[in-house]
Amino acid sequence: MSRLHIELPGLQLKNPIMPASGCFGFGREYSQFYELDQLGAIMVKATTEKPRFGNPTPRVAETTSGMLNAIGLQNPGLEKVMNEELPWLSQYDVPIIANVAGSTIDDYVAVAKRISTASNVHALELNISCPNVKEGGLAFGTVPETAYEVTKAVKDVSDVPVYVKLSPNVTDIVQIAKVVESAGADGLTMINTLLGMRIDLKTGKPILANGAGGLSGPAIKPVAIRMIHQVSQQVSIPIIGMGGVQTAEDVIEYFLAGASAVAVGTANFVDPFTCPTIIESLPVLLDELGVNHISELTGRSWKKEWNLQSSSH
Amino acid sequence: MRQIKAELVSQTKIASSIFEAIVYHEAIDDHFQPGQFVHVKAGMGSNPLLRRPISICHVDPEKHLLTMIYRAEGKGTRLLSEMVPGGEIDLLGPLGQGFPVGNLGAGDTAWLVGGGIGVPPLYYLSQELTKRGVTVKHVHGFQTEAVVFYEEKFKAFGPVTITTADGSYGEEGFVTNQLNHDVDYLFACGPTPMLRALESFPAKKGVYLSLEQRMGCGIGACLACVCHVQGDETGLAYRKVCSDGPVFQAGEVVL
Repeated sequence: MSRLHIELPGLQLKNPIMPASGCFGFGREYSQFYELDQLGAIMVKATTEKPRFGNPTPRVAETTSGMLNAIGLQNPGLEKVMNEELPWLSQYDVPIIANVAGSTIDDYVAVAKRISTASNVHALELNISCPNVKEGGLAFGTVPETAYEVTKAVKDVSDVPVYVKLSPNVTDIVQIAKVVESAGADGLTMINTLLGMRIDLKTGKPILANGAGGLSGPAIKPVAIRMIHQVSQQVSIPIIGMGGVQTAEDVIEYFLAGASAVAVGTANFVDPFTCPTIIESLPVLLDELGVNHISELTGRSWKKEWNLQSSSH
Repeated sequence: MRQIKAELVSQTKIASSIFEAIVYHEAIDDHFQPGQFVHVKAGMGSNPLLRRPISICHVDPEKHLLTMIYRAEGKGTRLLSEMVPGGEIDLLGPLGQGFPVGNLGAGDTAWLVGGGIGVPPLYYLSQELTKRGVTVKHVHGFQTEAVVFYEEKFKAFGPVTITTADGSYGEEGFVTNQLNHDVDYLFACGPTPMLRALESFPAKKGVYLSLEQRMGCGIGACLACVCHVQGDETGLAYRKVCSDGPVFQAGEVVL
């Protein structure tokens, strides 16, 4: 068995690296650069029941070591994703994690029910954390009761395991994590973007047409690491970590914090080869660290038995 | 489209804050078309994080040279302007859909209209059109004399009229006042208000506009740079400036 192979609910991953939702479209653009089969999985663009145009432009603004986006869940809608995007992706031997979004619980249920039947969709990522839409999104992910309700409703109809994507824009992320676990979530993905804003000095107004947007990129990595470190000690479901991952070293840090797999978001925009480069670099890094299998690293930053082991080395 | 680690061959300040960079890489060839762009990583590390879209000003496919002209105004372009020959520049390209050069031939006439940092892509276009026997005329608008560039270079292909907003050089006012209507094609690149003013220009065979928009990935994946489609009542149709454009026929997208 490969030292990068990971088994998670619904997912047999060749390696723990996957592009994050919203940063990879449905894979077509990146397939011009490399074979998508190399990836552990692909988290495809959020899908809503009806097509969405999204927010007005400008939709992105750069920040120090990061970027703000307010795309607004633009996507072609469930029908087209089922009939065109997922069948196109099925030419590749790679599990798809379908990101499910909506404005109401009924929306989420409708998308989850249908998209979970696609043969290459091996898991759902329940998007209750998008900061860029007026209804739904973040509103579901910041209130424990609604987070519970939507998770349970989606679990009831999904044919595949459900991972819930958590928002960092909360006072107590552990509380939300526990609540969705109790609602039946099979795993967590974290973190979505942090709410932020930039203002144009010339106009005196926000750069993004939407005003605020979601902050991503290396700037948010320490926030994600801290939150995964906290949450992974309090839940027993696996975590797919994300936020500012650019290198194999970043991936190791996520595992040490408590992640079982890692997604790459903004870095795809900077270097389209980020995912394959990380996958190639990981075994070398594991050798350097004296680690046989990458999964041994999950949670080492807080596991007591690891303290004992490391002191006996 | 591919990722290229090109070598900076020369870097010249050609006007106030305006730089001309020439890079070499063996993959730079005739796949690079007028109106396309390259996505340039400025500086090392993650600040600034994103690439900068820079238009293709000229390509010498035999010598594998690419010329880019950019304005150093933000952190990224300032870092780029500090690079010296011999340095390595990481770029993705060629990206996007350029001007439909192949549609034109001997006997056709064309206006090439540029505004500010929208002027550079018209240089390669002008050369390629001239090669095909097209008669070209240029009108280039700038804010002020200090930022005027490439006037003599364009004159090699056809007459050049320069306008400045403050009247410090050439004709005072905007490019739109300098155009007569008796022409087959009009090609324009510049600020959106200028493109709007040219959108319904009555060229006999076609008007093509090159758009500018804040971009993320530059390859069509992130949906940062979308625009609406004219006449689409659903409001859902879109084009991506980076991969469907940046050049569009006038009337295709909402400016």
